[in-house]
Amino acid sequence: MLDVDGLTKTYDGHGRSVEAIRDLTFHVGDGEFVCVVGPSGAGKTTLLRCIAGLLDNSGGTVTLDGTPVTGPPAGMAVVFQEYGRSLFPWLTVRRNVEMPLKEKGLGRAERAAKVDAALASVGLRDSAGAHPWQLSGGMQQRVAIARAVAYEPRVLLMDEPFAAVDAQTRAELEDLVRRLWRELGITVLFVTHDIDESVYLGQRVLVLSNRPTVVLEDVPVPLPDNRDQLETRSSTSFTETRNHVYELVQTAKRGGRPAHAG
Amino acid sequence: MTDLPRRVLAALGLPIVLVALWWVLSAHSSSFFWPPLSEIVAAFPRTWTADPIMHDVLPSLARLAIGYLIALVAGVALGTAIGSFRTLRALCEPTLEFFRAVPPPVLIPVIALFAGYTGWTAKVITIALGCVWPILLNTVEGVRSLDEVLRDTARSYRFGRTSTLLQVVLRGSSPRIAAGARQALSIGVILMVISELFGANRGLGAAIVQFQRSFAVPQMWTGIILLGLIGVALSGLFRLVEHQTLAWYRGLRQAERGA
Ligand SMILES: Nc1ncnc2c1ncn2[C@@H]1O[C@H](COP(=O)(O)OP(=O)(O)OP(=O)(O)O)[C@@H](O)[C@H]1O
Ligand SMILES: [Mg+2]
Repeated sequence: MLDVDGLTKTYDGHGRSVEAIRDLTFHVGDGEFVCVVGPSGAGKTTLLRCIAGLLDNSGGTVTLDGTPVTGPPAGMAVVFQEYGRSLFPWLTVRRNVEMPLKEKGLGRAERAAKVDAALASVGLRDSAGAHPWQLSGGMQQRVAIARAVAYEPRVLLMDEPFAAVDAQTRAELEDLVRRLWRELGITVLFVTHDIDESVYLGQRVLVLSNRPTVVLEDVPVPLPDNRDQLETRSSTSFTETRNHVYELVQTAKRGGRPAHAG
Repeated sequence: MTDLPRRVLAALGLPIVLVALWWVLSAHSSSFFWPPLSEIVAAFPRTWTADPIMHDVLPSLARLAIGYLIALVAGVALGTAIGSFRTLRALCEPTLEFFRAVPPPVLIPVIALFAGYTGWTAKVITIALGCVWPILLNTVEGVRSLDEVLRDTARSYRFGRTSTLLQVVLRGSSPRIAAGARQALSIGVILMVISELFGANRGLGAAIVQFQRSFAVPQMWTGIILLGLIGVALSGLFRLVEHQTLAWYRGLRQAERGA
């Protein structure tokens, strides 16, 4: 499905160059749910933008279904970290969600149905007529999620999508993304800085090192597909995995690197 | 909505006071150049009958409209191109700054050399050339400052070229474009008049000069008043269009200020 092979990215400009990603190699299978955690500034957003075809990498390859990614591939949706800025302020919530569907060539009735369903699933049915700037940060984030969901992508990339929502909404949205993932059989790559969230959501957690970035460890999550906010989070395997990932992130912050990479 | 009457009153208050002042102060004027306002008002309907409206005012306005529209289309098109491509911008920017710094009336003799100055062409060109700069430069700025994340969103959802251009780039730059278009409008009105001052022509500006040369002073004043009214009407029309299309921008600004 998605192969990242020897990916490197160095930002050049303004007389200094930043080696954001040194060497990333991993594979995401069809229909997998993979979370990415790592210290702030590790290059998580950079990685996502390379996969989304929005940023040219400096070396290595990203392949999707055997095709190298050189521009935004079809059937991929991205929820940006700057969710508020990713909504078109001149369009209403409804039109924001509808716009990509229009570009996809869907008919009016089909669009309306999908938009309604997506807005309902994030609990924003009543705000369909509002403009994004009339909504709270958390609501804007949900609009961005609804837009991605309505698009029915095969691959969903999410960059800290729940950073601005309250705990209650966050739990609901986590379950929503899990449900959509299971129902639609989509592949999800989910960046978060919340370790608990990464374990609760993912089938695997990729822990990134400090900059220049490599994969510190690829941690499998030994939890059943059926997850529950209370039950799962209090199970011993959840706690163990969580503790392990936590240790790894602490190591990463101290500058720890895997034995085989410099 | 409840404060609408108050706002109307506030907007009209000063003009009413000024007109009243003019009326009172000029009432007993015997100066040839400052006739009483009552005399000017009385001269108005006599001066602006159907014939001068048809042959002076409307052609002037038509030239303004044509020149302005040319400037709008050319300015937005060029501005979008320059704003979208960094190399093009680097090439053009110094030259644009130079042309912008040249006061448009200075171009009139040059244009007259090429197009002659009696027909419409030279006047329309003058208006268009004067109006195009604020529109062009503001469009460049608007396109350039469009949020990167919005561009990325459009790209990742694979928006087509046309809808990216129309629905994202131009929509996103529209507040800046409107600001440029508003500046251009007042420049356009000025150039509409100035372009008629060279050579004997018909037109609102030419008519005012004619009155002045033939010492028809009250008539001259009616022309100036008419010009002012046209200016107010045009800017009112502009505001109306802006109010409709940029409601989102006002809301956004308000929300940002509130936050
Ligand atoms: N356009 C850019 N030009 C230069 N350097 C950049 C650019 N974008 C990111 N960087 C640098 O690359 C590194 C990785 O940035 P990135 O945004 O990918 O980190 P991140 O893991 O997403 O961080 P966070 O968790 O805070 O979102 C940072 O050191 C950042 O300063
Ligand atoms: Mg980031």
